[in-house]
Amino acid sequence: MPMRILIIEDDPDAAGYITKALREAGHLADHAPDGLEGYALAREGDYDVLVVDRMLPKLDGLSVIRSLREQKVETPVLILSALGQVDDRVKGLRAGGDDYLAKPYAFSELLARVEALARRRVGPAGEATVYRVGDLELDRLSHNVTRAGEEILLQPREFRLLEYLMRNAGQVVTRTMLLENVWDYHFDPQTNVIDVHVSRLRSKIDKGYATPLIHTIRGAGYMVRDGAR
Amino acid sequence: MTALGKLVRTTVFKLLAMYLVLFVLFAGFVIGYVGWNTRQVIDGQIRDTIEAEIRGLSEQYRVGGIRRLVGIIERRTREPGASLYLVTTFAGEFLAGNVDSVPFEILDRPGVHETFYSPGDELDRRSREAMAHVFVLPGGFRLLVGRDLAERERLNEVTREALLISLGLVTVLACVGGWFIMGRVLKRVDAMTETARTIMAGDLGGRLAVAGTGDELDRLALNLNAMLERINELMTGMKEVSDNIAHDLKTPLTRLRNRAEEALRNATTTEEYARAIEDTIEESDNLISVFNALLTIARLEAGNAPANGAPFDLAETARSVAELYEAVADEALTPVVVAIAPDLVLPVAGNRELAGQALANLVDNALKYGSSGDEKKAIVISARRERDVDGRETAVIEVADRGPGIPEADREHVLERFARLESSRTRPGFGLGLSLVAAVVRMHDGRLTLADNAPGLRVVLALPVAAVSDTIARPPAQGEAATEHLT
Repeated sequence: MPMRILIIEDDPDAAGYITKALREAGHLADHAPDGLEGYALAREGDYDVLVVDRMLPKLDGLSVIRSLREQKVETPVLILSALGQVDDRVKGLRAGGDDYLAKPYAFSELLARVEALARRRVGPAGEATVYRVGDLELDRLSHNVTRAGEEILLQPREFRLLEYLMRNAGQVVTRTMLLENVWDYHFDPQTNVIDVHVSRLRSKIDKGYATPLIHTIRGAGYMVRDGAR
Repeated sequence: MTALGKLVRTTVFKLLAMYLVLFVLFAGFVIGYVGWNTRQVIDGQIRDTIEAEIRGLSEQYRVGGIRRLVGIIERRTREPGASLYLVTTFAGEFLAGNVDSVPFEILDRPGVHETFYSPGDELDRRSREAMAHVFVLPGGFRLLVGRDLAERERLNEVTREALLISLGLVTVLACVGGWFIMGRVLKRVDAMTETARTIMAGDLGGRLAVAGTGDELDRLALNLNAMLERINELMTGMKEVSDNIAHDLKTPLTRLRNRAEEALRNATTTEEYARAIEDTIEESDNLISVFNALLTIARLEAGNAPANGAPFDLAETARSVAELYEAVADEALTPVVVAIAPDLVLPVAGNRELAGQALANLVDNALKYGSSGDEKKAIVISARRERDVDGRETAVIEVADRGPGIPEADREHVLERFARLESSRTRPGFGLGLSLVAAVVRMHDGRLTLADNAPGLRVVLALPVAAVSDTIARPPAQGEAATEHLT
């Protein structure tokens, strides 16, 4: 399902690149070159996600978000910023942003985060008690995981990892998104720590079954998806 | 600005001018008050003397008539220091006395007058000032008794002189003293200004002169010097960072460029192009992470770090980092042993994110460098509460490996940016891990020690324990409904 995305970014190159890439990914992308125009568009247009640069002419990004939230515009916002420090992130989220991405970023990372945000808005399925992908079931209350009716025993962290992947089923989830949402750390681990965790989880979930459910998306991250579909 | 204009504008000058005016007013008041009172007293005395004489003389007249009065007056006028006397008839004819002439009209007005007179002295006929009492005797005779006021005038003169001299003296002293003080102060201020100028011009090593007297200018100079010292440190840090960035980023940038160029020259198939581009992206990602690490360190060292002060549990951080790396360690066949009591809580005020990153770097290092040869030995992560040498309670996390360790001479060196031991040059990494740890520890006002694990390296990270232990902010479990069951 294509999403309507508004990019508020003053750098024409960066904006052009994101807009083009989002359209290639099958979404509808609009662009506003400054804070005021962005604010006006965001208020009027029915967007699924806003991508807002922090430093904007006329009205800075955080003020745009704050004003929108005051006007009860609850569209999810991904903040883009050259400032990647912890306190900047906290400031951004406090202003009403929903996610924060430091520049420079990989487009795959941006896309994955934008799609995750949009999905959170579109489908209240994220709050369902039981997640189902193919024959895999995860019960968030009883912490039971079964595949084809057979119970799978998971460590607490493996459970959270699978839960996050399944909540975003059909979506690419990047390594940093996993680190942020499952471990609550925002730094960039230099070794492949996340990959090893995912491959362990995979060995429990997919081993011995004909259709793999956890897929590696090259150059981007992971995705839980019913391969049969 | 002229030298005089500059002088007039100084605080010292304004203060001195104010004090000068105050002193002049004060001296004028004191001297004027004393003078006026003295004059009153003298006038009173003169008046009393005159009254007494008048009373005595009129008594004599009543007893012996005009002849007796004239006789007495003639005798009195011959005594030295005599008062002034004049006896005339009703018509103003001179009968006796030592006054040659007085303004005619006062003889018709009985009472006390201040007037001029000429003494009956042949040698000195100048008009003189006097206080005189005119009394009309029975029979119409006029009796005048007076005192010369020369003495009073002399006293006035003395008072006036005293006033002028003291005012002059105050002014002169103020000017001389002010000149002296201003000279000293201005000289030191000018010296400070001059030093400040050279510092602004780029000589950051310059320091303000301290006279050693401990006065306010010294205190100011000492504080400014401390500030300059700090600025210098920061500038040096900045310079080091930029030097290192220039040096260490140029190599991968050059490699990046060479690869792209080579692909452009040699690649023919789409696959070859794709691989070249993938390599390029990977190389840029490495560059970005080096850059991010550098920025984080620079910001931490610049002292504007986000030490937001919210207490977090360092033991929990250590457990979660250990858990994060456990899988990798298993893969590398290097067991990670977490020797942290499950109920241990180590509240630390600061930034969980950065502390986590620091611990992650330590574990990462231990995994990378902590194994010698094929033999894999466990990495031990332990935590405890401990009093440090200053008696502060600290939260201590230890990461110990059994690798080759770091020779004692190199331990200081490895904390610097981009420092990598020769033996490890060939292994991956950017040499920023430990310097980031050091910066995070400094930001938390803690201590980082590299020790010998005989064999191996033991990194001891000690952060001060926060005063409040009951308000630990647990990391928010994002999108997690049933965390309590899990943790």
